[in-house]
Amino acid sequence: MLNYIIRRVLYVIPIGLGVTVLVFALVHMSPGDPLSAVVPPDAPEEMVQDLRKAYGFDKPLPVQYVTWLGRVLVGDLGVSVARGREVVEELRIAVPNTFILAAGGTLLGFTLGAILGGIAGFFQGRWIDKLATSIAITGVSVPHYWLGLVLVIVFSVEMNVLPSIGMGPGGSTAWEWDAEHMRHLVLPVITLAVIPMGLITRTVRATVAEILNQEFVQALHAKGLFQRQVLLHIVRNAAPTTLAVMGLQLGYLLGGSILVETVFQWPGTGSLLNSAIFERDLPLLQGTILVLAMFFVLLNLLVDILQSAIDPRMSRR
Amino acid sequence: MTTAPALDSKQQAAVDAAQVAVQSRGYWTTVGGRIRDDKVTMVCGLVVLLIVFSAVFADLIALADPYKASMLKRLAEIGAPGYPLGADEMGRDMMTRLLYGGRLSLFMGISPIVIAFVIGGTLGLVAGFLGGRVNMAIMRVMDVFYAFPSVLLAVAISGALGAGIGNAIVSLTLVFIPPITRVTESVTTQVRSLDYVEAARASGARSLTIIRVHILSNVLGPVFIYATSLISVSIILASGLSFLGLGTEPPEPEWGLMLNTLRQSIYVNPWVAALPGVMIFFTSLSFNLLSDGLRSAMDVRL
Repeated sequence: MLNYIIRRVLYVIPIGLGVTVLVFALVHMSPGDPLSAVVPPDAPEEMVQDLRKAYGFDKPLPVQYVTWLGRVLVGDLGVSVARGREVVEELRIAVPNTFILAAGGTLLGFTLGAILGGIAGFFQGRWIDKLATSIAITGVSVPHYWLGLVLVIVFSVEMNVLPSIGMGPGGSTAWEWDAEHMRHLVLPVITLAVIPMGLITRTVRATVAEILNQEFVQALHAKGLFQRQVLLHIVRNAAPTTLAVMGLQLGYLLGGSILVETVFQWPGTGSLLNSAIFERDLPLLQGTILVLAMFFVLLNLLVDILQSAIDPRMSRR
Repeated sequence: MTTAPALDSKQQAAVDAAQVAVQSRGYWTTVGGRIRDDKVTMVCGLVVLLIVFSAVFADLIALADPYKASMLKRLAEIGAPGYPLGADEMGRDMMTRLLYGGRLSLFMGISPIVIAFVIGGTLGLVAGFLGGRVNMAIMRVMDVFYAFPSVLLAVAISGALGAGIGNAIVSLTLVFIPPITRVTESVTTQVRSLDYVEAARASGARSLTIIRVHILSNVLGPVFIYATSLISVSIILASGLSFLGLGTEPPEPEWGLMLNTLRQSIYVNPWVAALPGVMIFFTSLSFNLLSDGLRSAMDVRL
């Protein structure tokens, strides 16, 4: 297993490099000069040339990439063009906010999904299974940004019981564990939880159904174990698959919360991406995408290692 | 060993379906019969047809001009005279715009899957059939794309390329090529190792012939079903890009963009603002159920 873990950790290096190449390519794929956002269109040509030299845009792309990579490796993501602050500083504020949202969404989605999926798997074909499966397919089919809007309409516009936008009172951008911040968390977390809820319900249902069909469950019953003890075995067997799906979902929510953050004007990485795109703030765009992708790569690594620890068969793949 | 997640249940089902290589003669008859017996799938098929039909023939069905604004009718209530589903923030008839909106939403949602099916399918077939270094090269590049959550990848590419329908389709295509390639590669690898392929090779068939006659017919079905299961996500993402301002541009009617522009009006007329999302939801739900139904109808193991 140790062998597997080492190989798996080492594999992060080429993937990480690939990610940096892709992110770098993305930004240089964008139309127009990377300077066009900073330099007014009527600036003298001489000044533009000087700036280009100062930023290193006059060098060939591979050279630019290596220079950029060198700076990234020491944690320098450049300065945001539109905000004039270090990209790292911006991310230091935004990443925890997105993490709170994503963690809340995963937790809620996982809990509901495990319960619904478990029930559906045990009572396959019964009405309660059909109900759970319908909820699950609705969960994966609903455009979550619209669901967020509907929740705002119901709970903020019509009933006026929950705040519709922001993270806390007075446009707060730093999370605090108080009642006001918690109230702001409710709607975005429900919105974000819907997709993982649907996916985890389906996964758990399929896994439980598959395990129930295996001979060892009959053997456990034959051995005279109580239903509760058999259940324990089933949970243990269903855990690795469920865990993997949950880990990936957390990653998807971290990187995919942009739509929900836009609906609720949540001050996280999604809002950062949004403004970076529309202000053509390339350093901010590049830095945010890179950091989010790296989180996802590391999360994948963690899931694989945890899975191989729970289920040794995994490492022999 | 990959950083990409293990195949999920949908992907695994696609791979499993290829295991039974020899299909009986009445296969399509059986599939047809199963679909006819499956009420949910039939209804969803009809709903999808209805949505596609009303989008294509929007000019004939719609009562009004989708671009004609009216100051007086701004945000008219649902059921206002002459405006069965109300009017949007510019006073344009909602029902008409919802009908027309299906054109772009469906086009932007489905075409990435079609393109990704062709490109990803080819890449996966090549990787799976040739194996070795070619497989390594193709699949490792896919792993890099897998290092991005799909929404992030779509937003990143669209954001870098700029707003526009074409750019949105390019970015969504790039999102769906890696998963389709992986499934095709898995299926192909599995089919390639079956005895009858070995027999064909032993009897002197050339690689291209083997791919065309023996492999393609068994790979196409499962990969097709897998691709249809992605349509619903693609429609949600395509409208999502427009919702962010990265897809369609005003004044074009498109469900995601309509949701975006009506968002400012939720305090005036909340339920009209929610309508475009209802369309996205029903479309994506129908495609999801239809694809589920197709999968179980085409499952050779049953």
